Amino acid sequence: MDLAFLTDFLASSLRLSIPLVFAAIGVVWAERSGVFNIAIEGCILGGAFGAAIGTWWFGDPLGGLLMALVVAGLLGLLLGGLAVGLGIHQLVAGIAINLLVSGMTAYLARQILGASATAPLPGFGVWPIPLLSALPFVGPILFIQGPLAYLAYLAVPLAWWLLYRTPWGLLLRAAGDQPMAVDTAGVDVQRLRYVSVIGSSMLGGLGGAYIVLSQVHVFTENMSAGKGFIALGAVILGRWNPLGAAIACLAFGMADATQLRLQFGSPDIPYQLFSTLPFIAALVALVLMSGKVHAPAAVGKKFERSGK
Amino acid sequence: MIRIVATLYALRTVWALFLAFGLGALLIAVSGGNPLSAYSALIEGAFLDYWGISGTLVKMSPILLAGLAVILSLRGGLLNLGVEGQIYMGGLFSSSVALYVTGLPTLLHLVLAILAGALAGGVWGMIAGLLKAKRGINEVIVTLLLNFVAINLVSYFAGGPMMQEGAPYPYSEEIPEGLFLPIILPMTDAHLGVVLGVVLAVVLWVLLRSSTLGFGLDLVGRNPQAAHYAGVNVGHTVIMTMFLSGTLGGLAGSFEVLGLKHRLYHLFSAGFGFDGIVVAFMAQLNPLMSVVTAFFLSGLKSGALMMQRAIGLESTVVDAVIGIVIICVAASQAFVFKADQWRAWFSRRQRLDAALAAQPQETR
Amino acid sequence: MTAPALRLTGVGKLFGEFRALDAVDMTVTAGTIHSILGENGAGKTTLMNILYGLYEPEEGQVEVFGKPVSIPSPRAALDHGIGMIHQHFMLVDTLSVVENIILGLPGQGLRLSLDAHAEKIGALSRHYGFDINLHAPVWTLPMGMRQRVEILKALHREAQIIIFDEPTSILAPQEVDGLLQGLRRLRQEGKTVILITHKLEEVVAVADRITVMRSGRVVAEQPVAGLEKSDMARLMVGRDVALSSYDVERPEPGEVVLDARHLEATNSHGVPALKRVSFQIRAGEILGIAGVDGNGQSELAEVLTGMRHPDGGALTLKGTDLLPLTVDQRRHDAKISYIPEDRHHTGLVLDLPVWQNAALRDFRRSPFSWKGWLRPRRLREIAADWVKRYDVRLRGLDQAVRFLSGGNQQKLIFAREIEAGPTVMVVMQPTKGVDVGAIELIQRTILKARAQGVAILYISTELEHILAVADHVAVICGGQFTGILPRSEATLERVGSLMTGISETPEAA
Repeated sequence: MDLAFLTDFLASSLRLSIPLVFAAIGVVWAERSGVFNIAIEGCILGGAFGAAIGTWWFGDPLGGLLMALVVAGLLGLLLGGLAVGLGIHQLVAGIAINLLVSGMTAYLARQILGASATAPLPGFGVWPIPLLSALPFVGPILFIQGPLAYLAYLAVPLAWWLLYRTPWGLLLRAAGDQPMAVDTAGVDVQRLRYVSVIGSSMLGGLGGAYIVLSQVHVFTENMSAGKGFIALGAVILGRWNPLGAAIACLAFGMADATQLRLQFGSPDIPYQLFSTLPFIAALVALVLMSGKVHAPAAVGKKFERSGK
Repeated sequence: MIRIVATLYALRTVWALFLAFGLGALLIAVSGGNPLSAYSALIEGAFLDYWGISGTLVKMSPILLAGLAVILSLRGGLLNLGVEGQIYMGGLFSSSVALYVTGLPTLLHLVLAILAGALAGGVWGMIAGLLKAKRGINEVIVTLLLNFVAINLVSYFAGGPMMQEGAPYPYSEEIPEGLFLPIILPMTDAHLGVVLGVVLAVVLWVLLRSSTLGFGLDLVGRNPQAAHYAGVNVGHTVIMTMFLSGTLGGLAGSFEVLGLKHRLYHLFSAGFGFDGIVVAFMAQLNPLMSVVTAFFLSGLKSGALMMQRAIGLESTVVDAVIGIVIICVAASQAFVFKADQWRAWFSRRQRLDAALAAQPQETR
Repeated sequence: MTAPALRLTGVGKLFGEFRALDAVDMTVTAGTIHSILGENGAGKTTLMNILYGLYEPEEGQVEVFGKPVSIPSPRAALDHGIGMIHQHFMLVDTLSVVENIILGLPGQGLRLSLDAHAEKIGALSRHYGFDINLHAPVWTLPMGMRQRVEILKALHREAQIIIFDEPTSILAPQEVDGLLQGLRRLRQEGKTVILITHKLEEVVAVADRITVMRSGRVVAEQPVAGLEKSDMARLMVGRDVALSSYDVERPEPGEVVLDARHLEATNSHGVPALKRVSFQIRAGEILGIAGVDGNGQSELAEVLTGMRHPDGGALTLKGTDLLPLTVDQRRHDAKISYIPEDRHHTGLVLDLPVWQNAALRDFRRSPFSWKGWLRPRRLREIAADWVKRYDVRLRGLDQAVRFLSGGNQQKLIFAREIEAGPTVMVVMQPTKGVDVGAIELIQRTILKARAQGVAILYISTELEHILAVADHVAVICGGQFTGILPRSEATLERVGSLMTGISETPEAA
């Protein structure tokens, strides 16, 4: 295997893992606070949709980024309202939101974008980082990327620091394990969870924005294509730690890059067989990790103050 | 009075539907359509003539079965979000048996094809059940991931080994005509699948209501610890529930191929597995009720194209409205009737009224 | 005269139609230990949860140090200097002691500074003579230590009024002395202590004043000095109470029915919970198991009933090996009945109606079902009969058991488990959270089962309830039996010392 090929492969693995990284950090955030977020899939799709129409409206990818955050934030608010506020089954609330986003974006994209739906949108170009990008091997992999990729680099350590090195992170971890302890310590569990779910969803939206603004430059129906669910797997694999989850995402990104290579490398075999690779990788990882990892104890349970 | 309030609560799904269609109307109006004409075109296209009804029944076959699959899993305390994948596996195996097994009497061949589909869906669902029972892995994420595997597998087979020579896009040879499911409305596509679905709905209702098997499943769903205490083998029940739920999904796929498509197409299920979730929640997990809600949802889906033709509104608006429906129906689950609270509220009001009546002058 | 630390006037609280508190008046003098005495369900905990901002009262007024306040949340309570040590600790198991103590502490800024806090907390801990490893994860600490963590949590927040909710319920008798000593120490430091309890000895030992509550009302408030225990008991229950012992005939015990040898088991965290536990129970005999909560009792009950796999040992019933049998086989072939500790999560399915819960044990057997089909009509007849004979009070058979009182839920479980005609009964904490009237009925029901020749294992943390019915008393501590005494030798003192782990069995060594 020659070096150029390896560099290229790793760079594309990284690019494919960026949306997963955003989504996975989002999932860590929500689940550490005690709320399942399988709506992350819908948030990616919503973010992608927001990015597309925002860019189309404002003619600028920054407008797209803004709209991606707004759409995903609203979805987070909806999930918060259903799962935290009303306390309905968190997974049911999540899948309901996924269905809503799938139907809504399909309709609204046709309404808003209409005929221009297939025209490529302007996106963020590549911003090579001076000096670092000139480094051999790592330079072209890590430092010739779009701005959102750099944001993902920052988001991972930031999330880790927030979770493990701040008083607020301590509260967050406690809310996912033993919310009554947080409540009796005088902190509003519900508000904490609302904030987490909304933040979590916005991160998912960033993942969607990355796909549209840095990768494919168009919006297509259901383009999230299960990335949110793979991110859910990555979080389990990473033991609900942002660093671990990001590493797992890189691995799934590599699986994805591999299957793309295989598609081009062996055109006589239908590509669909290879397309299953990232999903099978996630499933195998779940099986291998089972019994060794434990979700936050209170995740999935609605918080009710009980005096007795 | 209490009884009236209780009834209002019991009808919460209906209120949720009204709300959802209200919001849907808003959406249509904002995007420049006329909600009234859109809805009437939708209803007309779905329910009000022979062709409309038949179109609705065609869609109802997979949607009802998917709904039953979701209901069964939820009654057992599991959330099977992999019905879509189970539909694909059912379709794959039914069509394979139909195409490649030869030399059997037609009826036997048909039964075998159906069983193969059901079994394939069941096994596909049981994977998640096994992983849940033996390794404690969340069934939701497993079933979601398996969907993508199944969909891509079918695409592979339909576009590869099973592809008809010279086909413009991935589909298989046509299955022998003798294996087509009988048509129930002459001159239309409405096939026997929907009838079998209704029969299965009744069977499921009876099983859940009066059999010890159903009672055990219900116990596991409500409180696994108590079920364990009651001597129910929780692990086995989880595996069995996912198997049976997957079987229903597999049947949906099988009937879709044998009754309607007559070939294995890639991407042949248009998200029916997820429609099943909507059906299940609208029916509040009651199998009999799901016949009604599946009919209704199928009507919306099949009326959508008619609506587009009639008034030119994008048919995908119906998907958006269904999205709103599922959110409203899910939200309505939170409003559970609490008799004690309402009773307290009424008695407090009565006391207040009595107190006011006792001192009418002073308060004025 | 300074303002009282706490003054309540006319406080009332409703849960639905149920009046949990009715016009409660109370005054707590600053710098004293004030005890609130009352039975289960008298409203003590509800009252304290109001003071801690977990519930909001519908009526009445609360004054803290002379200032009228409203306490809508725990944050407000903490701001007013009120701290609470809950009966079930509010600690995050996975976090360390320091992390638990500073959890949610206001004014911490952006950075978590564990070391700076650890220093302050360490000083506080030494001042009160607590010996705690501040960096240990909480789940590794014994219950007594966790209680100290809770106390430090309140002190670190500079609470002036500290409420203790049944603090001794999780402690061994010897640890109780330490706690009471700690309460005196807090008083010395000028803190106001409110002690919620139903144990008279503790009141006599430390309290300055008591408020006695009965069914949501205050029935007395007076200094402790000069009060006799029997007076307090009468105030608490509302009638004269004979110290519980039941005047029934003890049948001659029969053959050995249940024989356990060297049972070993691990708990759900993978930690050894049962160590070489051996005992025998004869027909018509009650073996009481005394011990502080969480010393292996649940694991023992679960191993006997088949709900947990043992790691070692032997278990036979009239000579047949029980260990290979499933839960279902043990219940039906071996005829073991089980009254679990946790009615809400194990013994009942709260949302199902009474008649279905009545069938929980035997729904797959005749006459409850026939060839795999339930027989609802027969089921209802049976349930109706049990409800009548066991005095279960309810609105109807279709009522969800959730809405029955604790005592009535327990009676329904007893009916179900006894009517199955068991050979062995495992009874765990049958009197927990049950009012006095129901306790008596339950105890008599157990004695009746003994008279019919059932071999009974009676596990409880209420030593007096065990002593009232048991023929032998075994004491469990740290998963080991520290002794098995005949009832006649089982004095409170001797059992108490066994409960702290001082072993009397040569075999356990």
